[in-house]
Amino acid sequence: MSADALDTLSTPQADRLTRRGFAVMGVGIRREPAMFTLAVVFSLLFGVMTVADAWVLGWATDAVIRPSFERGEILTGAMWGGIGLFLGAALLRMIGVIGRRLIGGVVFYRLVRGDRLRVTRKYLQLPLRWHHRHPTGQLLSNANADVEATWSVFMPLPMAIGVVAMLVAAIGTMAAADPVLTLVGLVVFPLLFVVNAVYQRWQGPRLARAQSLRGDVSTVAHESFDGALVVKSLGREADETARFGRISEQLRDANIAVGRMRALFDPVIEALPNFGVLLVILIGASRISTGAAEPGDVVQVAFLFTVVAMPVRAFGWVLGELPRAVVGWQRVRHVLDDDAHMPYGDQLLPGGGALRLDVEHLEYSHPDAPGVPVVRDVSFTVPAGRVTALVGSTGSGKSTLTSLVTRLVDPDAGEVRYDGLPVTTLSQQGLTEAVALVPQSTFLFDDTVRANIVLDRDVSDERVWEVLRDVQADGFVAALPEGLDTQLGERGTSLSGGQRQRIALARALVRSPRLLVMDDATSALDPEVEQRILRALARRSESGAGPTVLVVAYRKATIGLADEVIFLVDGRIADRGPHQDLRERSSAYRNIVDAYDQAREEVDHE
Amino acid sequence: MSEPREGGLAVIRRGLKLSPSITDGLAVTLLLALVSTAGGAVIPIVVRNAIDDGLGDPSGVDTGQIAGYIGLAAVVIVAIMLTGWWSKVRIFTSTERGLTELRVQAFRHVHDLSMLTQNTQRRGALVSRVTSDVDQISQFLQFTGMMMITSVGQMIVATVVMAALSWQLTLVVLVAFIPLALALKYFAAAMSRAYDRVRHSVGEMLAVIAEPVVGASVVRSYGIEARTQDRIDHAVRTNYRNNIRAQSITAGTFGSAIIVGGLANAGVLGIGLWLGMLDQLSMGTVIAFIFLVGLFTGPAQQATQVISDAQNAISSWRRVIELLETPADVVDPGDTGRRLPEGELGARFDRVTFAYPGGPPVLHEIDVEIAPRERVAIVGETGSGKTTFAKLLTRLMDPVEGSVLLGGVDIAQVGFTELRRHVLMVPQEGFLFDATLAENLRYGRSDATDAELKEAIAALGLADWYAGLPRGLRTPVGQRGESLSAGERQLVALVRSALADPAFLVLDEATSAVDPQTELRATRALDRLLEGRTSVTIAHRLSTAENADRVLVFDAGRLVEDGHHRDLVKADGVYARLHASWVAQASLGA
Repeated sequence: MSADALDTLSTPQADRLTRRGFAVMGVGIRREPAMFTLAVVFSLLFGVMTVADAWVLGWATDAVIRPSFERGEILTGAMWGGIGLFLGAALLRMIGVIGRRLIGGVVFYRLVRGDRLRVTRKYLQLPLRWHHRHPTGQLLSNANADVEATWSVFMPLPMAIGVVAMLVAAIGTMAAADPVLTLVGLVVFPLLFVVNAVYQRWQGPRLARAQSLRGDVSTVAHESFDGALVVKSLGREADETARFGRISEQLRDANIAVGRMRALFDPVIEALPNFGVLLVILIGASRISTGAAEPGDVVQVAFLFTVVAMPVRAFGWVLGELPRAVVGWQRVRHVLDDDAHMPYGDQLLPGGGALRLDVEHLEYSHPDAPGVPVVRDVSFTVPAGRVTALVGSTGSGKSTLTSLVTRLVDPDAGEVRYDGLPVTTLSQQGLTEAVALVPQSTFLFDDTVRANIVLDRDVSDERVWEVLRDVQADGFVAALPEGLDTQLGERGTSLSGGQRQRIALARALVRSPRLLVMDDATSALDPEVEQRILRALARRSESGAGPTVLVVAYRKATIGLADEVIFLVDGRIADRGPHQDLRERSSAYRNIVDAYDQAREEVDHE
Repeated sequence: MSEPREGGLAVIRRGLKLSPSITDGLAVTLLLALVSTAGGAVIPIVVRNAIDDGLGDPSGVDTGQIAGYIGLAAVVIVAIMLTGWWSKVRIFTSTERGLTELRVQAFRHVHDLSMLTQNTQRRGALVSRVTSDVDQISQFLQFTGMMMITSVGQMIVATVVMAALSWQLTLVVLVAFIPLALALKYFAAAMSRAYDRVRHSVGEMLAVIAEPVVGASVVRSYGIEARTQDRIDHAVRTNYRNNIRAQSITAGTFGSAIIVGGLANAGVLGIGLWLGMLDQLSMGTVIAFIFLVGLFTGPAQQATQVISDAQNAISSWRRVIELLETPADVVDPGDTGRRLPEGELGARFDRVTFAYPGGPPVLHEIDVEIAPRERVAIVGETGSGKTTFAKLLTRLMDPVEGSVLLGGVDIAQVGFTELRRHVLMVPQEGFLFDATLAENLRYGRSDATDAELKEAIAALGLADWYAGLPRGLRTPVGQRGESLSAGERQLVALVRSALADPAFLVLDEATSAVDPQTELRATRALDRLLEGRTSVTIAHRLSTAENADRVLVFDAGRLVEDGHHRDLVKADGVYARLHASWVAQASLGA
């Protein structure tokens, strides 16, 4: 009902955007009906009591002040009544404003909290395929800035609705005081509203431009500081500063344009009610002289103009937030409305120890490039406890294959089986107990070293240290200020690339997986360290105490540790077999694995 | 953060000194702003006069005189509108000008800080210095700061008008508001604590919200959705609670200002009547006072918010000033510096020692001479000091003791522009800017024509690779060059360096190449680039050391071996050991 009232009031500006904005407000109101209603009730109380304040002044003028001055003696009873009314009105206004701001805040923050939880739950549910289609920055902003943008209209909304009541009550009391003076109100109030709306309308595009330039300034700064070493080594400091200066000056001009618009409207919006007061007194004077009105009526109507002016701006704020709300909501809905998910089976993998991996006729195309398979008819078997290496140039499908065998994504065709069981029949628990993937780029949680390794498992510190020794990380972890309790991540200690990779390896090994898949997971390690770790791992697998291993590798020494090599070209298995055999029979394979050493060989043969 | 008041004012003074455009004509702007706030006082005065001149007495309304007042008041209000408009235009223009200068100054200063400083501070924080911190200051100067000044102005005007009308009633109003004014300090402190907590929880929340996004594949493959969701829920709820707490403090301040206003009104009514009976004041004065009380309530409501915003802005301002006052520890002698000889260049390290501030030396008394056109490979384990050596050679850092000379000139005395023209560091990662291939290449030489760019590509033997690029020189490379493969980024970086055409090259070789074939291509291009130049290469690959004219071996910050690969292998020292392990891992299984 209240939303409808607002809609009719905004008719001159009503357009699709405004309507969609009101629809967003409708959603919010339906989500928090009780709290929203409460906030509106407080706001109405405040609005009505603000008018009552003016009425008290009018009443006091006619019933207390004037008679007292006329008689030369205080009307004691009426005076105490006036004092009581002033205090009572102030008390109720205070309750109104506290309730409105506090409960209004509760509504806003609850709506934000709700969508944040919804969006992040959705992130955890949506398949990885979906994640790969969306830039990280966009997803982070969906859960943060967009959620806030959607609901920020709820900050001024209860106040705006209260203002409606205030205006109705104001017109009502004016009409009761004097019908002619009411006309002034009927002219000035709508005029105030229109000026506010026009201001928002004109300011909108200017604000949007300034906002987008602010983003550009930040992008340039980010990029330039990221590339600081290049800038410095090429002596480009002055040119970079000029580039940043140009974009900053654009932002400056956009901000000044916003400021000029504000400078134009603010004084008008402030002056309008004052003109109303002058008009009221002018007309009031002649009304009083003809006996049509009492002085108290005039004072009351004049006072109303001064108290109503400021709250009316809340309309402008609501209108100003609408475009942001609509865009924010679209972005949030884009996440929430996607119902893609990956169905898990209900089986656990029986038995223990290293498992046998069967891959049959796998086909996979990226969702944004269907019909261009990146994995084509790939079939192979890794016997339990063996080490298999995936070799191929960039874009040959190695990483995709690791995602497929660990069921991070499902293939378009074909099947992956662990010990003969199709992975699609396994429950999520069954799957994560069986397999551990160490991805190409290491992700560390904003948490302690221990938590980064054990995650949700209950693992003793002894076991954690044992695994850290296996990955040659016990030394640097012990040297950290608080050992296993050292905080890592963005706001904690930062580790080198090689250290991060070792933490990621420990994370996989501590779970004693039955299949370990490493996607170029040791690239940042010193070759010697890498060798020590992988050799130990291979030895253990061979003795039956370790996992089956599938590893994407570049270094010849790493490849040399594998029992078998699968050589991928353009998503197909071009050849497979022991490293030595492949070297002998495949020149393409030799080219890839020898690339590092060719320059050296040229020298040797001289 | 609550800091002593003087600290805040000192920060503002220092900040204004750094951006003189802000203070340009500030006095006039403030005067205009104060005049415009006087508008609030016009209405109560008109009300009083109108009432006392007739409204209060039906028999004696002098419509003509009232119309005269009103006409005058209308003129004053229009004048006030104009001064309001003018002062706002002035403040927006001057602050935006001044802050843009500050922004650009700070940006340049970040680039002037040595790599040392840039590494100890986080890059993201430096970006905030030139973005959100400056925005925060501008918000303060344009809105909160102006509001403070105009509010104070409004209250002063109201007090002056009140005192002129009746000093007794003025006391009544002040007595009602003074306790609130005193309490504001505590409200503001509580508010600033509450906002600190909000900010802290926002930081924590952003970090955990990144987990299911940035770490999607880890979360999924380890099946830790429940743990992740718990962490997010906890952070989101904590953030919610902190926001509500901050909100309740704002609401409380607003409420107290209103109740104090009510008290003042009641006091004005009671005491005003009593004084009126004693013929101390008129009926119009009593009513005008009720209007005047309204001029106090508004600023009092906003005060807490204003103080808290001001504190934030001052912290931002202080951070920007601190950045600007961090001395650039590697100082550019500028155009007055010495020049380097043209043509081929040799280098000399003269008893060079380097240590990070407060740390032990990472490079001890290095004494070495590199002949012009010599190809030197630097070898050593991680942490042996080889990267430090390269950074000192290109003056990305300055030694603690000793000096680095190029062509016989101490490089500390050479202007940056001159220095970079002769010696160039090619970093390990080929960082590219989000622009076209051509624009990235022109970072090497800004006036190169398209033909020259293609020539440089061909000269490094990369014509084949270039032919495969879909849009040639117009190929967009994406953010950080990520539309290209890591190997291709290195190729672009090499062409860029070739265009710069330095006599002396310092290279940090890649450790892990993503694509061996591109890697091979890069190695060959590199060989051509080095022809006829002096070069120092941090070698991660055996072949580099083997092909070099000379190998410098670093161990624990000392230069331990120096000679040709052949001789060093025989020497059975550090190099021989490193070499053995290289050979083992490169040829294992081969």
